[in-house]
Amino acid sequence: MTATYTLAGCRLVDPATGRDEVANVVVEGEVVTAVGRDSAGLRIETDGLVCAPGLVDLHVHLREPGGEDAETIASGTAAAAAGGYTAVCPMANTDPVCDHAGVVEQVLRLAREAGHCDVHPVGAITRGLAGEELAELGAMAAIGVRCFSDDGMPVRSALVMRRALTYARTWDAIICNHAEEASLTDEAQMNESELSSVLGLGGWPHEAEEIQVARDLLLAHGLRARLHVPHVSTRGTVDLVRQAKARGTRVTAEAAPHHFTLTEDVVRSYDPVYKVNPPLRTSDDCEAVREGLADGTIDAIATDHAPHAPEQKEQEWAQAPCGMLGLETALALTLTELVDPGVLTLFQAVAALSTNPARSRDMSGHGGPVEPGAPANLVLFDPEERWTEDPRGLHSRSRNTPYAGRALRGRVRHTVLRGRFTFRDGEVVA
Amino acid sequence: MITDLLSMEDLDTAAITTVLDTAEGFSDIALRPIKKVPVLRGRTVCNLFYEDSTRTRISFELAAKRLSADVLNFSAKGSSVSKGESLKDTALTLQAMGVDAIVIRHSASGAPQQLTRWVDAKVLNAGDGWHQHPTQALLDLFTIRRRLGRIEGLNVAVCGDVYHSRVARSLVQGLLTMGAQVTLVGPPTLMPACVETWGTAVSHDIDAVLPKTDVLYLLRVQRERMAQQFFPSSREYARIWGVDRHRVATLPEDAIVMHPGPMNRGVEITADVADGANSLIADQVTNGIAVRMSCLYLMLGGDA
Repeated sequence: MTATYTLAGCRLVDPATGRDEVANVVVEGEVVTAVGRDSAGLRIETDGLVCAPGLVDLHVHLREPGGEDAETIASGTAAAAAGGYTAVCPMANTDPVCDHAGVVEQVLRLAREAGHCDVHPVGAITRGLAGEELAELGAMAAIGVRCFSDDGMPVRSALVMRRALTYARTWDAIICNHAEEASLTDEAQMNESELSSVLGLGGWPHEAEEIQVARDLLLAHGLRARLHVPHVSTRGTVDLVRQAKARGTRVTAEAAPHHFTLTEDVVRSYDPVYKVNPPLRTSDDCEAVREGLADGTIDAIATDHAPHAPEQKEQEWAQAPCGMLGLETALALTLTELVDPGVLTLFQAVAALSTNPARSRDMSGHGGPVEPGAPANLVLFDPEERWTEDPRGLHSRSRNTPYAGRALRGRVRHTVLRGRFTFRDGEVVA
Repeated sequence: MITDLLSMEDLDTAAITTVLDTAEGFSDIALRPIKKVPVLRGRTVCNLFYEDSTRTRISFELAAKRLSADVLNFSAKGSSVSKGESLKDTALTLQAMGVDAIVIRHSASGAPQQLTRWVDAKVLNAGDGWHQHPTQALLDLFTIRRRLGRIEGLNVAVCGDVYHSRVARSLVQGLLTMGAQVTLVGPPTLMPACVETWGTAVSHDIDAVLPKTDVLYLLRVQRERMAQQFFPSSREYARIWGVDRHRVATLPEDAIVMHPGPMNRGVEITADVADGANSLIADQVTNGIAVRMSCLYLMLGGDA
């Protein structure tokens, strides 16, 4: 459906233009044609809904190719549409690894065929994520890849990291290094703490994250290269990124909802649904992530959506893989846990979920502005609706959400991708 | 009385005392010509062992048999686990077969707790990863109380690889619950994270600790920890923290030496100490049967 219609009476929140006002948004074909009092075509009542630029997730795992038992590009992008997203960036740790243009093209084709959400694949930094030889970044950049990451595997060699940052400057591309000094996390199963020592689980010390981030910030600063810090989970990392930004390092950072809504205490259950990398940390770390989002140190909320089949997660803690779902709960968690308590304004929340991530990857057409001539990539959500997370209702092929039964406030009603509804009145549009 | 026995954290002073008192009653059975009582006749206990263990499995098997329970031994190597069956599916199979209790030993911390979510049978933790080994702690408490007449107020030094030890985690909790003072001794690399929150003293100087020690409890120090840089060599470990007869001589006269086994003779303990007059290591093994009978009885016996 790309007819002409008017989203009538919504509250438009658009950080790119600074607008926060009740307005009609007129869409014709794929683009916004008017914002204000005018209306045209079919009138869709959106009284009481917030209209914002469609959400953008810098960090997801769509598992295809290779992990289709857990997620496919079709199911993952359907989950994205249901979560209010119009663009997502799947990581390269598929099988085969997304370390050459062929896999990038396959992912792009599958995403186009599904049509639920734009997909901007992240290419691998090194072949096979092995951290040794650079992947052909140029071939991937030539078909639109803007960011490279071996997510899940750190680039351990400082030399390889330095070369990657330097080489990527050819395209002013972004290098995102999984923040984990792996020699310190050999037996790690959860955050290193009083609790890990009681539960007898190997500790993942916060310094392992901070050492890697500190090294990468120093390298990027000296090279004037672009660095993106993924899944910030510790107070120390927030401080490092804050200092680097003050020094003028070209760095952006993201945090995942589970790192500002859950603490390590839930690991007491030994339920692997709570096993994630980097691990759930302390309430002080959660607080630091919130502060980092509030003061702009952390640019983006990114879900690290990581589907796993039930039989993978229903194992012993030590054997179960890391990762949790995120796409279908991120907006509601942000509204419930950050906007309601006053940590972020609604404006800041939309910026962290849409405008900032889109800008950090140089995406045009996403993250606003919502103005005449711009592609109509939008999310409309009811900021007041109360609901309870039920894994049975998820669009993801997997069920590993840590939020089952959690009371949330704020729910996606519609998602619009270039004028077409991909999610309408609670239903994914095929 | 006890539903599942997963961790010493779950047992208060009264519960521990009940287990020890009940074990006293069962310890005489080993002295009878017919070492069997009919209290668990018709009950089925499954020993589900995912990790090699000789003494613990045999001890549980003897305990269950002396209570007249039917015993199934399931060791991961000889089962469909080697063909890739998950813990959950194995649990559901045992559930479908209607066993009354599962005694589980597993290399993954938390596996016994996970098992309780999948089965109605009572679950007894026979050692999980680095986490807990509650019947070891209970048999140690029993052994201490029998020999020294009390636990409260004793000075207990727990020496060795606390970091990787489920025995240390459970024993320290049990000792503190019963009112003992505990000092952890060993190199700082083998102390757990946030050890200052454990409610114990910590010392790296064993010679300073021994003269004030009523119970010296030595933990196994595995040689493979050297490769992980926890300490440079077993020779150096033995020199600084290992216990030989010279060190034992500095203990108070009535002090006792304990070890959960298996020992690394020549590393944490020398042979003459292990077999010496202060050593209660053999008693620990003997007492293990009565304490495990007590736990099984308190879980499965009575009116149920």
